[in-house]
Amino acid sequence: MTQQENQRLGIVVSGSLNKGVEVKLDSSASIEDIAVGRFVTIEGQKRRFFGMITDVSLGLIDQKLALTPPDVSDPFVAEVLAGTSTFGTLHVSPTLTIGGDVATLLEGPQPVKTVPSHFSVVNLASQRDVELVFGKEDKERFFIGTPLDMETKVCLDLAELVKRSNGVFGKSGTGKTFLTRLLLIGMLQKATAANLVFDMHSEYGWEGRDEQGRKVKALKQLFPSKVAVFTLDEESSRRRKVSTDFVVRIGYDDIEPEDIALLRQTLNLTEASVQAVYQLAREFGDKKWIEATLGLEDGDDTKQLLTRLSIHDSTYRNLRRGLETVRRLPFLLPHTPDNPVKRILEYLDRGTNVVLEFGRYTDITAYILVANLLSRRIHAQYREAMEKAIGEDATPPRPLVITIEEAHRFLNPEVASQTIFGTIAREMRKYNVTLLVIDQRPSGIDSEVMSQMGTKITCLLDNDRDIDSVLAGISGKSELKSVLSKLESKQQALIFGHAVPVPVVVRTRDYGSAESYKDLVPRDEAEAGEQAEKDIEELWG
Amino acid sequence: MAELQRVGEIIEASTTDFVAQCYELYQLPPLGSLVKTRDQSVELYGIVYNAATTSLEPGRRPIARGKDEATEEEIYRSSPQLMKLLRSEFGALVVGHRQNDKLYHHLPPQPARIHSFVYLCLPEEVNEFGQSFDFLNILINSRLPVPTEELVAASLRQMSQAYDDPRGFLVAAGKELAILLSGNLNQLKAILGRIRQ
Repeated sequence: MTQQENQRLGIVVSGSLNKGVEVKLDSSASIEDIAVGRFVTIEGQKRRFFGMITDVSLGLIDQKLALTPPDVSDPFVAEVLAGTSTFGTLHVSPTLTIGGDVATLLEGPQPVKTVPSHFSVVNLASQRDVELVFGKEDKERFFIGTPLDMETKVCLDLAELVKRSNGVFGKSGTGKTFLTRLLLIGMLQKATAANLVFDMHSEYGWEGRDEQGRKVKALKQLFPSKVAVFTLDEESSRRRKVSTDFVVRIGYDDIEPEDIALLRQTLNLTEASVQAVYQLAREFGDKKWIEATLGLEDGDDTKQLLTRLSIHDSTYRNLRRGLETVRRLPFLLPHTPDNPVKRILEYLDRGTNVVLEFGRYTDITAYILVANLLSRRIHAQYREAMEKAIGEDATPPRPLVITIEEAHRFLNPEVASQTIFGTIAREMRKYNVTLLVIDQRPSGIDSEVMSQMGTKITCLLDNDRDIDSVLAGISGKSELKSVLSKLESKQQALIFGHAVPVPVVVRTRDYGSAESYKDLVPRDEAEAGEQAEKDIEELWG
Repeated sequence: MAELQRVGEIIEASTTDFVAQCYELYQLPPLGSLVKTRDQSVELYGIVYNAATTSLEPGRRPIARGKDEATEEEIYRSSPQLMKLLRSEFGALVVGHRQNDKLYHHLPPQPARIHSFVYLCLPEEVNEFGQSFDFLNILINSRLPVPTEELVAASLRQMSQAYDDPRGFLVAAGKELAILLSGNLNQLKAILGRIRQ
């Protein structure tokens, strides 16, 4: 690392604020060592600029050289010509000013409003510069990974992160789950928010597996006192030897017409059937309508009822088929002894994070039904608590982050306006509830929801529509596009948005080894010991 | 510090160059070497660009004498007057000067004086002089009887010997030349070919 400190790259030769600046590479710097996505500092006369390399190209002092290339097999000639007659140029987009003027000294890095003057020296950003920009790991910042080819830590401002909904995107197998696990651990470690995770594949609660099939510890193993695992499938949890805190059972009386409306696509219901649901609910009451509808027997009474409600027979059949599918879900009972929503809120109020495992019920019907049903109740409660807090000037409820997978199923343009997740993504920031959306097809998510996301973390994406939807509305889109599509398929992610001052490509920190666990779990005592040692050292100089 | 080696005395001088005669026949400084001469408070630096050994009298040409001699040395031994009838002289291009202990890589205010002594610079002085490549510009732009490429290459080869890392010095000089000769790639190639290590 030390040899990289302030390594000089070249000088600024041209550019504009809009398009970024061109940097002529010094002959001492090899163009092959320069990677797109690395950070540089530019020493202007009055300010220091911080930016990212977005393109690398080759230049010639005289076009004749391209026609009659010199004999570079001679190392002497090659060395002489490198950087003089032939040279590399870098394209750098300055994004921040880090020091120099009063505002930057007082308030930290500021967005750029000008460009460095001609022939300003460009250096590779040093550890100190990157720390200045991304902050040190502290009680609000969580170390998520390192910039490319550097050992410096890139830290996410988690307090800022949980204020808005966020997204983790990437093709299947690019490390979304690992990243999400890290983010959740970060929030747990820094205790910035309570988490509710709808864990479709049961990989966040107790343990998951990496690509090679090795077991990796998940939240409950690392933070046993701070995490509660709820399960829908007790049997699966028991087989996997996961100690669960609560078995979730949902009563028919908990299912409201809106929940069925949301399942329209998955249950293959017609528009008329959805209307019929509301009519039946009015007829039988919100609590009893499912039981009553399923209890209807073929006969004159039913026919009369349907005629009275003007529900067509085929509509009724269609609805009935759908409801039968719902009824077959084993965690649904006509009546439940306990109220899962109450339990979850109890845990969350205590600051315990809740992971809800789905066990074998990984089909999307169960996931949408449960996630939506629970979230809506929780959302209502939070709203109430927040309004009360505003009215009485009391402490607002702890920020809550709800993690959902396969987000395009909840947030696609057709249902985003109906589901509670659409509402949360758009406006729940005010009520201290935000989403952490995990998805592999971001183009399937409603653009309005996408635009409201604070921070986006994206692993490799190669579909153009997905890339466009992730990068929509961000400045320097075309440059980031080239960075995004050049990401490696493992352990690399592009982070941009509120929680980081500039877009950054990181190599995600290691997760899964014994050492990595040690770093992730706060070692209060160990730290106290280290601090004591440091103090002694300082005392005696 | 080693003794300064006196190599001649100036017999002709102008702002841009001077000619010196050697005290001993054939005791010429090598092509491209750095020499200096003093003129009161100013020290002038020159690079040897040309050398010749001719008859003392312009109209009188030497004749072949070795027909009956076994070796070349024998010729001089049997005609000792030859050493007095011939003379060696060299021309040096002024490339810089030192005034008030400060080294300048440009022409001095006054040309050298006739009969000033000329010394070969010591390696330490060559090393100091070579810290800046500004003299290359003077070499390249002067019209001389020797090809510029040859002179530039010879002077750089000579200077590089005063450095611990001759190759590093030559590469740095090459880079300077690549910029100076950006419009004349052929000349650049010719020089690089002559200084490559």
